[in-house]
Amino acid sequence: MNRSPLVNILDRPLGKGGATRSTTTTDQSVSLSSFAYLYSEMVQYHQNRVDSISELERRLEATGYSVGLRVLELLAYRAREYKRETRLMNILQFVSTTVWKSLFGKAADSLERSIDHADEFMIVDYAPITSTFVSVPSDFGGLSVDAYLSGIIAGILEGAGFPARVTAHSVSLEEGETPSSISSVVVLPPRKEKTVFLVKFAPTVLTRDNAMG
Amino acid sequence: MVFLHLFIVNKSGGLIHHRPLSARAPKISTNEWLRIGSTFHSLHAIAAEASPLRLPNGKNASGADDGIERIVAGGMELRCLQTVTGIKFVITAEPGGTVDLDSVLREIYVLYAECVCKDPFYELEMPIRSELFTQAVDALIDRVERLGHTSMSKHR
Repeated sequence: MNRSPLVNILDRPLGKGGATRSTTTTDQSVSLSSFAYLYSEMVQYHQNRVDSISELERRLEATGYSVGLRVLELLAYRAREYKRETRLMNILQFVSTTVWKSLFGKAADSLERSIDHADEFMIVDYAPITSTFVSVPSDFGGLSVDAYLSGIIAGILEGAGFPARVTAHSVSLEEGETPSSISSVVVLPPRKEKTVFLVKFAPTVLTRDNAMG
Repeated sequence: MVFLHLFIVNKSGGLIHHRPLSARAPKISTNEWLRIGSTFHSLHAIAAEASPLRLPNGKNASGADDGIERIVAGGMELRCLQTVTGIKFVITAEPGGTVDLDSVLREIYVLYAECVCKDPFYELEMPIRSELFTQAVDALIDRVERLGHTSMSKHR
């Protein structure tokens, strides 16, 4: 196998490549179908071991948490930023743009601040890939399989020093709100719901951020 | 082109999905549907035995078991797609249409693979309870009726 000693394994692109693999473009693409099948098996694995819906969500979040910690390290290294983020808005921007682009190929659709609570923020994604193919049965209540993604976000924020509680909620699209990108899977009808990741920071984070001015 | 019904039979002959595709489709009760499903499953297999022409290994060109593919009757036309895994997708429509029913069935098979097989809450061979699948099938039928053909190219 052709292995250039200057390219370390974290920078090497995924996917099929021959001797002429380009090291400048990290064009790594994995089939959406294989991710969907793998994720479906993971959800079923957890479902067989829990007794309640909230326990299932917690398990998915816990799985995502460990991914989040590693994603933070990887992306901070790849961005070659040697100063870590200390401001709240900056870390949220990092999550909604850099992390999203690296994981899903596009930035999150919006980042909003809650009006009622100063410590709540919302990251909106119109078509998260974890729930693209999933139909939750009606007797499962408000289960959102995007709990895995909220676990990833929580892992990143805690790893960066901003402990937070992140939950995923499916909200129906409002009038006039149409996803600018076409549905990622062409055969499926456009989604009627968007997923909102509600990020609630611990009070220490807010006081620290306010003290910084 | 007026579609009438769609039904899906699993590999043991049990009905896992049935759906009227237009308002003109006759109303059939659930029990009737279960009977139709198992009857069709048995007839499909018997037809291969009774056929004067036996395909090698009993399998047709796409690797699926041989059996009934098309029934043309006075009031309706029926098409069946048997997959390699033994699932039968059956669609009925009024005769005289211009749409290629086989490609519609293949598109429905694609939707099945996408919406049903990737759903963690679906157990194989069980009745399909996926909202996403029913919405996608409705959208497909709408599109076919409007455009007169399935616009999906074989890009996979």
